Parts: sequence; C-alpha cells; structure tokens
Amino acid sequence: MYKIVKKRELNSTVTMMDIYAPLVAKKAQAGQFIILRVDEEGERIPLTVAGFDREAGTVKIIFQIVGATTMMLNAKNEGESITDFVGPLGCPTRTDGVKKVCIVGGGVGCAIALPVAQKFKSLGCEVHSIIGFRSKDLLILEDEFAACSDKLTIMTDDGSYGRQGVVTVPLKEAIESGEKYDEVIAIGPLVMMKYVVATTKPFNIKTTVSMNPIMIDGTGMCGGCRLTVGGKTKFACVDGPDFNGFEVDFDEATARADAYAQFEKAEREKFCNLFKKEAN
Amino acid sequence: MALQPQKHPMPVQKPEVRAKNFEEVAQGYDEKTAVAEAQRCLNCKNKPCVEGCPVNIAIPDFISKVKTGDFEEAYNIISQSSSLPAVCGRVCPQETQCESKCTLGIKFQPVGIGRIERFVADWHNANYKGEPKIPAQNGHKVAVVGSGPSGLTCAGDLAKKGYKVTVFEALHLAGGVLVYGIPEFRLPKKIVEKEVETLKKYGVDIETNVVIGKTVTVDELFEEGYEAVFIGSGAGLPRFMGISGESLKGVYSANEFLTRANLMKAYKSDAQTPIMRAKKVAVVGGGNVAMDAARTALRLGAETVYIVYRRSMEELPARKEEVEHAEEEGIKFEILRNPVEILGYKNENDKRDPKNGFVTGLKLIKCELGEPDEKGRRRPVEIAGSEYVLPVDCVIMAIGTSPNPLIKNTTAGLEVNRHGGIIVEESTGKTSKNAVYAGGDAVTGAATVILAMGAGKTAAKAIDEYICKK
Repeated sequence: MYKIVKKRELNSTVTMMDIYAPLVAKKAQAGQFIILRVDEEGERIPLTVAGFDREAGTVKIIFQIVGATTMMLNAKNEGESITDFVGPLGCPTRTDGVKKVCIVGGGVGCAIALPVAQKFKSLGCEVHSIIGFRSKDLLILEDEFAACSDKLTIMTDDGSYGRQGVVTVPLKEAIESGEKYDEVIAIGPLVMMKYVVATTKPFNIKTTVSMNPIMIDGTGMCGGCRLTVGGKTKFACVDGPDFNGFEVDFDEATARADAYAQFEKAEREKFCNLFKKEAN
Repeated sequence: MALQPQKHPMPVQKPEVRAKNFEEVAQGYDEKTAVAEAQRCLNCKNKPCVEGCPVNIAIPDFISKVKTGDFEEAYNIISQSSSLPAVCGRVCPQETQCESKCTLGIKFQPVGIGRIERFVADWHNANYKGEPKIPAQNGHKVAVVGSGPSGLTCAGDLAKKGYKVTVFEALHLAGGVLVYGIPEFRLPKKIVEKEVETLKKYGVDIETNVVIGKTVTVDELFEEGYEAVFIGSGAGLPRFMGISGESLKGVYSANEFLTRANLMKAYKSDAQTPIMRAKKVAVVGGGNVAMDAARTALRLGAETVYIVYRRSMEELPARKEEVEHAEEEGIKFEILRNPVEILGYKNENDKRDPKNGFVTGLKLIKCELGEPDEKGRRRPVEIAGSEYVLPVDCVIMAIGTSPNPLIKNTTAGLEVNRHGGIIVEESTGKTSKNAVYAGGDAVTGAATVILAMGAGKTAAKAIDEYICKK
C-alpha cells in the first residue's frame, strides 16, 4: 500500500497528491511516469511524475478528474492509501546541449511540464514558459512556473486571465522576434502539441513532445501504447514518453486516444451514480 | 486385468456451454479414474518418460503411489522436482514431452501422465492441511527478477535449500504469464495463487510493483547484499506485422488483449478495465497464445472468431489439445492465409463520425506450401491475385514477442544475442555478468512454461554451487 501524504486541490478538476513511495522517489526524473491502481479492482493508469522529494520518499502526482479511476483517486484523503504505485517508467527528458529552452504547457499537461522546466532551470538554462488554460478557474501552478522561468506567459482561451488566445501565438511571436531556442518542449493535449510542432517546424527548431496515450503495464509488454514515430511503430512506455515532435503521427495518435470513449463514459456515470447513492 | 488401450478421457465442460463461460474447460480426474489411469503404467525398467520431462520428475515413482492411493506421497515425489505441479499438470505439452516417450505409447495411447499429475496436485491442494517444513536458513540472499514460471521455480528451489529469496515483480500480482497470459478457463488464477502462497510459506518474499532496470537496477541488488541474481523477466515486447492499419482501433497485441481480460479481469461485467467486445474477431498466429486469445474473444461474446495462420493445420505450433478444444468451441481456421492489410472505417464527409478509425476488415492473401525452411517447416508462398477481405471488427496479433530491453539497457556487462535474448551457458544459466543467471523466455524468446521452469531449476542449482564455493 502507498500512503497519500498530502492532497491539495489545484482547481475544481485538478488535484495534486504526494504519495509515499521511497523506491520510486529515489529514482524519479522529470519526464518519467508512474502507474497506479487505486484499489484491488481498479484499472492501471499512467500518470507523469510532477515532482519528487528524495529525502521524504514522496512522489508528486497531479491529475485531472476525467474518468472513474481519477474520480476514485480523488475520493481518497490524506492519510489513506492506494494499492499500487510503480515506477519510475519511461525515459527521462533529455537535457544535454540545451542552453535556452521554451516550455509550452497546456491544461493539466502543465503538471508534467513543471518538473521539466525546473530541471532545465537547475542546470542553468534560460527557461521561457508559456502555459495555457481554458479559463482562469482552471489555472494551476502559476507561482511554481514563475519561480523557475526567466519569462512566463500565461494564456487563457477566454481571456479571463493573462492573454487571450492559444499558446502558439506567443510562441510564434517569440521566435519571430529573434528568440533563439535550442529546443521547444510541448506537453499538453494532442491537438496543442500538434500545433506547437506546426509552429516550430518552419523555423526548424528541435521540438519534443510528451506522448501519454493508453498504457496498461508500462514496461513494454502489451504494446497498447504504440504510436507511429518517423514511420516506425514505437511504444510510448519504453521508447518515450518524449518523442521528436516532427516525426510523431498526431492524427493517428488522436484517433487511437478515444478508443474507449464509450466505455469510459459509462464507467464515469456508474461511479457518479454510486456517489449519489452514498450521499442519499 | 486387461490393459485399456486408450487413456481415460478427461471430463470436460460441453463445448456449447464452456464457450460462454470462463470456468475451467477440463474438469480433472476423480480418484477412481486417476487410480485406474495410473494402473495403465507398466512401470518399465528404463523409464523413458523421465528423460522426456524438462525437470525430470520421477514419473513412474509418483504414479506407483497413485496406484496404491497414497496421493500425498505422490505429491511429495513430484514436489522434489517441480515447484508448480498443479500448473504443469494443466499447461505442459505432455504429448511432446513425457508422454511422447511412454513405452505404452508404442502400441497404445501413452499413460495420461499430465492428467494424473494434475489430479495429485489438486488432491493435495484440497486435502492437505499440514504446513510445509521450513528449511533452516543458510544466511545467503538471492534476488529473483520476475515471478513467472522460471522465477518461481528458481525461488522455490533456493528457498528449500535455505536461501533467503526475494522475488521482484513489475506488475501488481505475482505469477507472470500464468496470471496475465494464460486464461482462467485453462488455468484458474486461484491455482497460481495457491502455488505462490506455498512458496511464501517456504520463506520466499515477493515484492510486487518493482521494475528491475527502472525502480532498482541489477547492480543495486548486489549493493543491497544479494549474492546472486536470477533474471526471469519473460518474453517482452509484442511483435506486429508492419502492415497498414495496425494502429486502427480494435487492433490488439495478444499480450494486451489477454492482459486486459486476465490480469485486469475485464471479462467480468463490473471490471474497471475496458476491453472491446467485438462481434467478429480475427486472431493472427497459430501458437498457444493465439488459441488463448481466440477462445477468450469467443467467451467475451464474439459471434465469429477466426484463427488466421499462414501454414496448414499440420504445422500449427499450438498444442493439439488446445486446437481441438478451439475447433469444438466453433473457432474457424483460416489456414494458408497471410494478412496483407487491416481495413478501417473512414467517413470522408464527417471527421467526427464516432465510427472513424475502427477496424472493419482484414485483407488476406491465400498461400500454398513451398520448400521447407531451415527449421524443416514448409514455407508459405503467397498466391498472386488471391486477396480477399474477411469482415471483422477486431484483429489480435499473436505472432510472438521480442525480448524486453529494460534490464539489458541498465545492466553493464550483460550480453544479449542479436534477437535481444540474454546469452547464457545452457548447463548453468550463467550469463556474461558475474553472479547473474537467467532463464525462461528472457533467454529463449517465447517458449513453454515447463521449459522456463527447467531453466529456473538449472539456475537454482548453479547459484547454490556458486555461493557454496565463494
């Protein structure tokens, strides 16, 4: 069992937890992920590492409440435990040779982007961060990004905070105004990453994306997380989750991502109904 | 008493009933049948069956005990060589091993050794109430990577010699392929659980949720005081064919399909892990894994399930019994066929059509058998212009696996062959790295449970000798 040491709501749909898992905390690096199960009957879900405290033995996860499993996880409180927590899996984000980087985060993807930004900062890089959300209520980790960024731009779709618009607008402006990034790292919804790549490609700036599709075992055994990169089949869990954005087949990945949409909707409703029953 | 020429038949669930449930297909002998089958054994002098067994179980000895009704003693004899008798009695290909050598088999059907073994193990599990004798600890620590058949066997053998053994398992449940791969209807999970519990009673610790090569490396295990490491990390990454359409929704590797169904219990209606309940399913491949996937798909409610195999029925690598069971249950065999392309739904006018990207069919080309290949199996040759489409909504690839690179990539000095399998000395399981041994599919690529057990056993003996000599 893995104890929830700390729990904090970042906004109405996003929760942060510190989980006591000393073996994972000892090894975790930015860009890697873990797999957890809430209880004995639960499914295995992958979550990217949002931080770690090697001394306290805790790993930080930040998740959006989207399906039955994340609902069940969110129903757990500080001091309670979850059944399984395994990792760190996947390859850490590569930082070699980078002096100046632009981190682009979208929505809950910012939770994964933060430790990446922090790592580059700790290595002495110049870090520019662009983080985007649908609206002000959904904004997360502003202070944390401010602390590790030389320049921070916040975007909202509805203009309720920061600038109005999508993340690719300030990215393009920055590049056109002469910012010379060694690398752009995009972490967020598939469609956002696709457009970040479309923005950087004409300037031929190395662009890395974090692919986080459906995973089950997380060790390469099942191949459920396969995607096409540079015309070759890759497994996100062992070859990634970071990939060269110019080579990823986003349309295929987007099509695969909703394979279980119907099932998930039904499960979510089932779980909500269960909650309603308990409340009555 | 006249000798019965045929094996006593194995009672099975009727095909039309079992095709709709996940209960075990073969029900096992009762006491009377087991004794009667044991009496068919001639107890011949040269015991060829023992040679045919990868772990050299003293077969005539345990069968003699069954003849006299001393089932517990029969169990003890099997246990001296096998850590997982209830598992082997069910999934071993006895027809190509012990039973293929049986003297009785020259004129008649061989003794049903596997069926008797299974009876003995089940009898013990149901009736034996005592606790196993815990051997005195010798103070030496050994780490085992992976809790599949090779790892459990190696751990069991070493624990019985007094070693303190810790088994590290990446998944949340011990058993490896026995729990994620082989379906409930062929090997009930409670049997694996029972075998694992028995090992724990011998003092074996099982640490789940630890990925060696990620959470902890092999070198770190030595730093923690383990004196030897056995790697039984299993088969690894599933292969795909590289044909167009493999990324469509409804295409699975057999590993994924079976893991969802078995380990994650997706066959139960209240499971939280989703699985596609397709109506028409094509399984590509002809091995035991293909049969398992096809029969699982059927039990999940498919109306039609095809096995697509590029050679003929003669060459099917699956166990004969599994093929027969599959045929009885109504699985259709599209033999001498090779997949060319997987077809998917695409509504050109509506990109948001929810049916977009789902499988609609599998395009096959007919084959005929040509010249034998290097293994002596006749090579399938495609017949030009013979393509046709099999209408299906799910395609499962069961065409093998390639070794997992996780441990190799993080263990300096561990050599692998060009296929990625760990290189070992066959008689000991010793790898190129000092004090590191390996066995099972991580070495050989996909093979059988009993071969993996044999490798675990060989390595346990070599590890014991290595540590004693240190």
